[in-house]
Formats: sequence, structure tokens, C-alpha cells
Amino acid sequence: MSTQTAADFDAILAEAQRRWQSLTAGDRPWIRIGTGLAGEAAGGFEVVAAVNAVLAERQLSANVSEVGTLGLCFAEPLLDVQTPGGPRIFYQNVTPQIAQRIVSQHVAGGEPVAGHVLGYLGEPDAAPEGIPNLNDHPMLAQQQRIALRNAGHIDPSDLYQYIANGGYAALSQALTAMTPDEARQEVVTSGLRGRGGAAFPAGVKWGFLAGNPDPNKYILCNCEEGDPGAFNDRGILESDPATVVEGITIAGYACNANRGYIFIRHGHNQPIDRTRAVIEQAYELGLLGENILGSGFSFDVEVALTGDSYVSGEETALMEAIEGKRSMPRYRPPFPAQVGVFGKPSNINNVKTLAYVPEIIARGGEWFASIGTQPDPDNRINGSSGTAILCLSGDINYTGLIEVPLGMTFRQVLFDMAGGVPNGKRMKLLQTGGPLGGVLSASDANLDLILDFDVFRAAGAILGSGGIIVCDEDTCAVDLTRNLIAFCQYESCGKCFPCRMGMSHLLEVLERISNLQGTEEDLALMRNIGENMQAGSLCGHGQLGFNPVSSALRYFGDEFEAHIREKRHTGDCPELLISPRLTRR
Amino acid sequence: MDDATRLLISDAVNNQPQSTVTVLSSLLAVEDAIGYIPREAVEAVALRMDATVNDVWAVATFYPNFRFEPPTEHRIEVCWGPSCHVMGATAIIAAAQDALNLPDEGDTPDGKATLRYNTCLGACAHAPVMAIDHHLAGRITPESARERIATALESGAAH
Repeated sequence: MSTQTAADFDAILAEAQRRWQSLTAGDRPWIRIGTGLAGEAAGGFEVVAAVNAVLAERQLSANVSEVGTLGLCFAEPLLDVQTPGGPRIFYQNVTPQIAQRIVSQHVAGGEPVAGHVLGYLGEPDAAPEGIPNLNDHPMLAQQQRIALRNAGHIDPSDLYQYIANGGYAALSQALTAMTPDEARQEVVTSGLRGRGGAAFPAGVKWGFLAGNPDPNKYILCNCEEGDPGAFNDRGILESDPATVVEGITIAGYACNANRGYIFIRHGHNQPIDRTRAVIEQAYELGLLGENILGSGFSFDVEVALTGDSYVSGEETALMEAIEGKRSMPRYRPPFPAQVGVFGKPSNINNVKTLAYVPEIIARGGEWFASIGTQPDPDNRINGSSGTAILCLSGDINYTGLIEVPLGMTFRQVLFDMAGGVPNGKRMKLLQTGGPLGGVLSASDANLDLILDFDVFRAAGAILGSGGIIVCDEDTCAVDLTRNLIAFCQYESCGKCFPCRMGMSHLLEVLERISNLQGTEEDLALMRNIGENMQAGSLCGHGQLGFNPVSSALRYFGDEFEAHIREKRHTGDCPELLISPRLTRR
Repeated sequence: MDDATRLLISDAVNNQPQSTVTVLSSLLAVEDAIGYIPREAVEAVALRMDATVNDVWAVATFYPNFRFEPPTEHRIEVCWGPSCHVMGATAIIAAAQDALNLPDEGDTPDGKATLRYNTCLGACAHAPVMAIDHHLAGRITPESARERIATALESGAAH
């Protein structure tokens, strides 16, 4: 039994602040290097090795931290140097050779290396001449970072750094000054809607679990992010896992639950290792486990791993995977709040949803509700509060992860912030919401869409997971649709036949059309298959699985007809059609 | 099967650090330890979890993580998810097939390498992406894919 009290949190905070002070204004420089998944893909680990080698060789002392992503993925590997008490100077697209020069010249001599600097963060009066403020970069200028507030700034594996930057104040406040119901009410007031795709109000969902008197209840955090083009859940867990651990603990308190699982795909090592590291430290500091901060509330959290399975992101399939079985969805009812994982009442939230919770408790539900779009019942708009965490990839100048207030337009995000399409090409197509989402044309009307869950749904797309893949004029809408259905076919779990057979059949037809062998009847045939999948499938994978085709037909029907009637391609269609053989069936 | 491998399997199955131990977590632990799931491992997991051998096979054959023959020396994965597809993954896959002289996914006959297509390696902002021995590399071109594969094949076995 922990003997921690609320007063002990003040001692933890004081220690955290002492350590932070020593890092940022101590006797040695602090070098932070992006080694999230994008950082790794760009060569971040080679940069870390080069920096450490030069420091050792020249016998220089500096703190070196691997951080997550600032979201400016296009600039990875991103390295920044903070000399004691000074601003942070950021370097973009750093190679091991550039890193060696940065250490010799900037770390050792205090002179920034020209030509690779992206900008600075810190007090303007301390900034070196000629270096722009990084916050003025178009990709950062209009962001409002709540869930990503610490991403790229703190060492994600060090809980003290999270606490020094305001972490765990919310949990401490909830445990000492709020009843569980008051904490939940704050989330209801915030209007927070689930960020996993369904956009259901999170506080209301918590209420289903809170009302269940069972003494053993679970909070499940879903990071089974198989969505190609969406990397925000992994981005949060590899950059600031502690906000999710604090969020799930608050959710546990608000729902009177006693156990939590954070569910991550095997092999995504940065999110897994960093989340496990902060959970371990939270136990050591008495912020998890028995009698947290002397409140009488006890909560345990662990990371559970799944195999490669897109469907295990579905809430009941996820429970099957946590139990160690095939991740196939269950029949409902009973619903998870009655019978969930291991037969116990459970609540499932997405990583992003839980990442907002600490700030909602600390700053109030009203504050969060004031951000985003307001309800408009006449147009069936329920209002979407807070921010959208978007992943930008494809044919776009600034790829990466951004957090913007809901209510911004697509155009603002794609052109003002992300810099539009490279090489002077035309933006043709936007793929949103993962493979089950939509294929939208980049028409003026669609670019004027505002980021809002209901507005997107009305346009035939899903804001959902926040993935946006941008395609230029060379992309063929039919070929992309075939790729999306090949993904959905590969990932169908096979439990119910409308999805299992429907996906295979759709892929067969789309391959035929792509090979210019489609017939007039094929469009009606696909619609027929789609209707059956929608009506007869057990889970969202089959129910929504026709979305890519229906939205592509809606916006790019002429391209399908060109393939079928004129036997003509409408973009760069590869001859090799990739449809994996080693499927799970 | 040699005793050392048997010991690795037993250690992986019986000494898992997390508190919730399941059939799936045990299989993942074995895969991490020896790179494949031999029949002996299925039996060890069944024994540990009080499950039937059939139950364990059911899980092992569902997730594409698992292979049932000893691993080759190098694992080459190329992403074909939509982000990578749009940025030219098909040409990367063609280059990888060519470099490994394979017509499709699978193992090279000399046991040097395995080619796998992956649905999302998670670094979409740096598409197209490949992974060699679980190390990600982004903004790949057909030429750099060939070079990276050649470098891996020249280096010693990763396992």
C-alpha cells in the first residue's frame, strides 16, 4: 500500500522542476533528436550515433535525448541544440556528417551551422540574428497544440520531464478536489467526441461504464493503428506517452474502474518502449498502483500487444486480442460496458481521446468546448469541440502531424499550412479517414469543407482517424480505389461472409477494371456487393468497406467509365497489381 | 531441434515481463526470441496456457506476424499501403523482387532473405517506406532499395 499523499505530489513536482532547470539552464547544452517512426525512417538513429561519437571523441559534455516528433516530419531527422539558458536552434534533414559539424561548431563553439537551420524556439530577444522563429513556420503558425503540447519537446521516456511541464496536475486535482462524477461531468461539458472514428461523446460513453456496479472494470486504450496514412496515435505515444497514461488513469477514476490496457501493435517499438518506460516510473512515484496519492483510488495499467491485424482496432475484436485470441469482432449485445474484456465491464477510448483528458480536467470542460465548431441543429451539425490531429502524407510539400482547431477549412490546412502540392502539379484527390474512409476530389467545394465530424460525414468521407493522403494529377482514382480495397480485403478477419467474400469480389472487379477489361455491368455489380456488405457485415470493416468505392464513384465516376468504355487509363496506373497472397485465410 | 532453441522457447513462454499472459502474448514472445513458431513452441504455449494445441494453432495462423519455418538471414519489408502506393511503392516492390530474384513474397531459395509486403510500417510522412531487419528507411527509390538490399545481403546474418 502506497503511503503517498497529495502533499507528496508537491515534492515530486519540485524534483521534476529541479531536473528540468538543470537540463535547460544547467552547465551543459541539451541536444534533442527526433527518433519517432518518421525520424527513424529518415535516419534519426544514425544521427544519434554520430552525435554521441563526436561528443566522446572530443570529450565534450552534453545531454543527448531522443525525442518523439514535433510533427514537422518532412524535416526529419530534426535535431535541436539548446545552450544553457538560450533558445533552441533547430536543424532540418540532418545527416551524420551535418551532425558532426553541429557538434564541433555549435555545441563546442556556440556558433550555429549555417545552411541547415530551420528556426529557433525560445525568447525572441535571445535569438541569434537571421534565424527565423520556428513558430512562424507555416506548418506551426496556426496550430493549437493540446494533445501534442509536449511532442518533440520532452524526452518521452522521462516522466519527470512530463511532470515539470504541467503533467499530473490534472490527476492530482481530480483525486483531491473532484468526485469521480464531477471529473466525468467535466468531460461531458467539454463535448469531447471520440477520436477513433465514430465520434461518440466520450463523457457519455464513460457514463455507461460508471453506472455499472461491478467491482472489476477496465479502461482500454486503443492504439491499434493499422490505418495507412494515419500515424497520430503512434505519434502521441512515441512523443508523449505520459499524457495518455495520465488520461487513462483519470478515466479510471471517473468510471470507478481499476485496470487499464494500452493496446499497441507488436513491432512498433518506439510507442511500446516509451509507454512502458513511463508506466514503470508512474508506479515508482506512486502515480499508478494502490492508493494513488493517498486518495484511496487504485489503478493498474499495462501495455498489451497485438499481432498485425487491422480489425483488432474494432472494439470487440480488440478485447479478443487482449484475451490472446484471434481478433474477430463479437456479436453485440451484450455491449462492452456490460460484458467486455475477460467478461468484465469495459470502456474503450482512442489514444487521442485520452490524450486530451488531462488538459480538459486542468483547464475545464468549458475551455475545451469553446474551441472548434458549435452545434447547428438545423443542418444536423452536433458540434465538434477541440482540435483535429491530422496526418498529412502523399503529394504535399510539408508532410507530418499537425493539431489544429476544428472548424478550419481543408484549404487552410492543405495550402496555408502544408504548402500545397510539389512540382507545380494540381491537387486532384484527397483520401481521408483511413482505408474505410472516402476518396474525395480536391474540388473547390471540398476544399472549403470545414473540419467537423458531421460536415465530413455529409460529404461522404470520414474525418475519423485524421489521416489525409493528398494525391496530385498523376494519380489514377481507379488505381487508388483498387489499392484501398486490396488493403481491406487483406485485412478482413474472415469471420462473417458478407465482408470476407464481398471484399474479395470487389477486388476482383476492380482489378478487372484496372486492367481495362471491365464491362458495363461492373459498376452495378460493385454497388450490389457494397449494399450486401453494408447490410450484412458484423462490424465496421464490412459495413464501411464500400465507402472507398462509393465515394470514388461519386467524385470520379468519369474515370471508371474511361477505363470501362474507352479502355483508357486516367493517370499513372502501375502494371504490377499488388494483392498479397500470404493473407490470413 | 537443439536444446538451446528448446531453452529459448521455454524461457520466452515462461518468463514474460507483463502481468497479463495469453496465447497471443506467448506466441509473440517466441517469435521475438527465435524468429518463428516451431511445433514444439505451439506445444509449450498450449501447456503454459492450459489451451489445446488447436487453440494455439488457430491464433498462430491468424496473425501474419508468425512464420513456421526458421527465419532467413534478412527480412525485407516493403509497404504497399495507400500513402506509399501513391508515392511509388509498386516500383519499390518490383525493384525488391528483382534484387532478390523472387516473383512474389517469400523466401529466397538460398535462405538469405525473406520479402514481405507490409500494409503500414507507420512512417507515412516519409513514403515510400521499407524496413530491413526491422529498421525503417523512408523516401526510398528503386535504386536505393536495390542498394540497401545489397548492403544487407553482404552483411552478416541479422538473426
